Amino acid sequence: MNIKPTIVVIDDEPQIRKILRITLEAQDYKVVEAATAKDGIVQAGTAHPNLIILDLGLPDQDGLELLKELRSWNGVPVIILSVRNSEEDIVTALDNGADDYLTKPFNTAELLARIRASLRRTQQSNESSFANGSLTVDFVSHVVKKNIEEIKLTNTEYSLLLLFIKNIGKVLTHRFILKEIWGPSYFEQTQYLRVFIGQLRKKIEDDASEPRMILTESGVGYRMILLK
Amino acid sequence: MNATEERPNPDSLLESIKQEELNAQKGKLKIFFGMCAGVGKTYTMLEAAQTAKRDGVDVVVGLVETHKRKETEELLEGLEQIPLKEIEYRGTIFKETDLDAILKRKPKLVIIDELAHTNIPGSRHVKRFQDVFEILNNGIDVYTTLNVQHIESRAETVRQITGSVIRETVPDSVFEKADEVELVDITPDELLKRLSEGKVYAPERSKQAVQNFFRKGNLTALREMALRMTAERVDWQLRDYKTEKRIDAIWKSSQRFMVAVSPSPYSADLIRWTRRLAYSMETSWLAVYVESGQRISEENRELIQKNFNLARELGAEIITVSDKDVVGALIKAAKENNVTQIIVGKTREKKFLKLAGHHDIVERLIKNSGDIDVYIVGGDKKDEGNISWKNYLRFQSSWLRYQLAMLIVLIVGIFCYTVYKDIGYQTVSLLFLLTVSLMPLFNFGPGPTFIAALLSALSWNFFFIPPQYTFHIYKVEDALMFVMYFIVAIVTGFLTARIRSQEIFVKQREKRTNALYNLTKDLSAANDLNEVAEVSVKNITQHFDVDVILFLLNQEKKISPASHLASTFSIDDGEWRIAQWAYLNKQKCGMFTNTLPLAVATYYPLNSLRNSLGVLGIRTKNDQQLLFDQQVLLDTFIAQITTTLEREYLNELAKESLVVSESEKLYKTLFNSISHELKTPITTIISAASSFNSEENLKNENFVKRILKEINIAAERLNRLVENLLDMARLESGVLKLKSDWHDISDLIYGAVNRLKNELTNHKLTIEIQKEIKLFKFDYGLMEQALINILHNSVTYTKEGSEILINVKTENDSCVISIADNGSGFTVETLPKLFQKFYRVPQTKTGGTGLGLSIAKGFIEAHKGSVKAENRETGGAIFTIKLPMN
Repeated sequence: MNIKPTIVVIDDEPQIRKILRITLEAQDYKVVEAATAKDGIVQAGTAHPNLIILDLGLPDQDGLELLKELRSWNGVPVIILSVRNSEEDIVTALDNGADDYLTKPFNTAELLARIRASLRRTQQSNESSFANGSLTVDFVSHVVKKNIEEIKLTNTEYSLLLLFIKNIGKVLTHRFILKEIWGPSYFEQTQYLRVFIGQLRKKIEDDASEPRMILTESGVGYRMILLK
Repeated sequence: MNATEERPNPDSLLESIKQEELNAQKGKLKIFFGMCAGVGKTYTMLEAAQTAKRDGVDVVVGLVETHKRKETEELLEGLEQIPLKEIEYRGTIFKETDLDAILKRKPKLVIIDELAHTNIPGSRHVKRFQDVFEILNNGIDVYTTLNVQHIESRAETVRQITGSVIRETVPDSVFEKADEVELVDITPDELLKRLSEGKVYAPERSKQAVQNFFRKGNLTALREMALRMTAERVDWQLRDYKTEKRIDAIWKSSQRFMVAVSPSPYSADLIRWTRRLAYSMETSWLAVYVESGQRISEENRELIQKNFNLARELGAEIITVSDKDVVGALIKAAKENNVTQIIVGKTREKKFLKLAGHHDIVERLIKNSGDIDVYIVGGDKKDEGNISWKNYLRFQSSWLRYQLAMLIVLIVGIFCYTVYKDIGYQTVSLLFLLTVSLMPLFNFGPGPTFIAALLSALSWNFFFIPPQYTFHIYKVEDALMFVMYFIVAIVTGFLTARIRSQEIFVKQREKRTNALYNLTKDLSAANDLNEVAEVSVKNITQHFDVDVILFLLNQEKKISPASHLASTFSIDDGEWRIAQWAYLNKQKCGMFTNTLPLAVATYYPLNSLRNSLGVLGIRTKNDQQLLFDQQVLLDTFIAQITTTLEREYLNELAKESLVVSESEKLYKTLFNSISHELKTPITTIISAASSFNSEENLKNENFVKRILKEINIAAERLNRLVENLLDMARLESGVLKLKSDWHDISDLIYGAVNRLKNELTNHKLTIEIQKEIKLFKFDYGLMEQALINILHNSVTYTKEGSEILINVKTENDSCVISIADNGSGFTVETLPKLFQKFYRVPQTKTGGTGLGLSIAKGFIEAHKGSVKAENRETGGAIFTIKLPMN
């Protein structure tokens, strides 16, 4: 894997594009810039990006519209980078297929971490097991261990854990999780989710009151972090 | 049980709720009601007041007539009394209720005796009950007393029973509007006993009173009347209560009465009769007057006005229609208003009127009324109805016309006398007849024509028909001819009368229609409030020959003493308060009304459905009251004007809300652009700075250099934005002070360019400065900022590699700086908005708040200079700044 990953930056502010170019190129990414939504779509189609960084406030089209259009034919990870910081905006973007969401002003290290996480998800191989901190999961035997000790998970808890592992590092909205685990008719039943997340945390976290693996993104959803 | 039967009519329910809400804001009126003086109304009222006071109610006494009765006076003790107001009238001081003092004191309850009292001229209202209503409208409860004979509709009956004329009356509606009526009742015997004991009047007066008014028969009749009125009221209340409590089993009757009003004193009785009938049958009623174009004398006009006022006070709906055919008009009005019964009085038309083409109105009404019932009510003997023959002869012609008519007859007579021997005396009659028939054509009214006919007939008989010089006629054919002549001449006279009156009627109607048409036309052409005001004043002054003063709501939706400029007379402070009263109370007042009649003008509130839009004052020439039909027309005028005013006010309101929504949009734009503008450089700085957290990056010298440069650019951008915002704030606050000093223009230009050198790197900049340019006096900081803003605008809105040309020269003691580019220039829509705050060219690339150019303009104008933007003929934009020498 010596080919540099390509990142398309769609942002109308030259200054932001410039600073992203400098920081990303320093990390050995190839950067392609686009100042408008129209240009962005073209670059997404032609530059074969491994990831797209997208601003929502574009002069010619709303970034959200662009995201929907993009998602109709392309599954490339998209990280939203926007000044819009309301939970509503974030949830809408995530539900429309964004992989992650960062609000401006952003921390460079944070952005780079999210980029790495997103890229890793797409490169996920068909490994038969998963390890995160003291937690190990064997996908074949369905055995979940914490500090070598086996823990019992219900079917739902196990599905939930698998969903997080599959989307590690990515924010999963309440709606998304509910839909994936319980089906589309449970969209609004967030209290279910809270109960199950609580149970899962008790079983896999070292301290359920101070979770380190499954983090709450307040008002938006949950995210599993890859511990070092 | 059927559900729909139980459900009360929503309309009537709504009505009762509305009524309740209205009542809640107003004070409550309680009337202590009695059959006559001496039954103890005041005593009972004061007892109630004392009870209220013990219950902690804030009670004051506005006015109480104790008639020196000891028991009554004792009851006054402990009650706060508002001192009476002294009003001087014809050298004597009178004491009246001090309305303003009561309103100012604002108690919960006020005691005011004798509701029917008429105030001394100079008081605000003519009648005391009007004072009471104003107090009620201010949310103060009132206790008052009233005798049955003072009620308008009973006054006439009381006169018939007792023989004494009742002058002080209150409209029946006052009695009906009372929230509570307490009947104070004693038997006639007991009252007479009290009278004889001297408890009511002083002994010598008592004796007189017992002989006149206080006869037992009278008292019994009055008592019956009082009891019945109270009972009727209770009946009403019960029905109201039923509506309220949803026991709506009784349907209100669908009857509707209509009474024809005429200029006869008897008509007033008819109106009262109708009201009683309508009241007892619980129906609405209307009073209609048909203007048939007949001449109406001045006194009759006043009578009609009086009767109309009576009907209005008694709660009738008032309608006037214009039609020559009285019967047709009555039936038409009845049908249009869903009237079920028409009430008319018995007419006593003279037989000869029938000859002249008049049929009995009542007969025709009955014949043509169809489904509508007609009530014929007998009249009183005292009046014969006023359609007398006099009315047909006392025409409008002047005495001169009569004299002229007689003179013509004389001349024709003399002429005939000289020639009658040749032409024969029969021919003379034809000559006379010709003369009489021709007279109407020469504008002789029916009166003179009639006189001429009479005179010529007599002189023909006397001078020409043998035997001459006597009124004897020998021959049968002569006698026949004389009679025929007489009839033909008189018929001619009457026909002329009718034609004339029709003509006048048509003319009047045409005049009114025209006046209204002109008003409507002018009003619809008026574009704003001022034009509406001007047009209204112009039309009223022209048509009614009066002076007009107009007060309209100002910006704060309040009325102010400054009359509208279109007004044709002005008023003083006291008069203004009268006008204001009309506005606040939404009632007509001033001269010729019952409220503040001593005013110099009549004030009409311009009442729209929701609120009053202003006041219109009318001052007639010579202080003559407008004629009845003129007043009706004036009311129509005012209604029309009010509608138009309301339209204009609504328009303004709509405009205002548009402005508000525009400013909301502006705020949103501002918020978005500022947040974007602020966040972009902050984002750059934070992300750039945070990238130094990595050791690896810090070691990379190239990386550090590039990042630092970006931080610098972002910080400068942030600084520029903050400066712009601060500059804008300074401009807006209006405290911008120039620190002017002598400066070199080229310093200014190069200074600004230097500060923009980063932005200008990709543009080709040319600077041309006139040689030996003078020093100019200006605030360097502000002018540099203005220049930077304009220059920055040019850089931002042109492509990289474009040319920018700065030219400086002097022109008539001004310094002219032009900044031109070869970009795409401005669009037609953009150009006028360019210097507006927060305006940004649509679809432009990011960056900018839309403040730069407006700040530049503000700063340049602070130097008394100017700036304009244009498109160059060769393409591209050019900004031209002119800075005066001083």
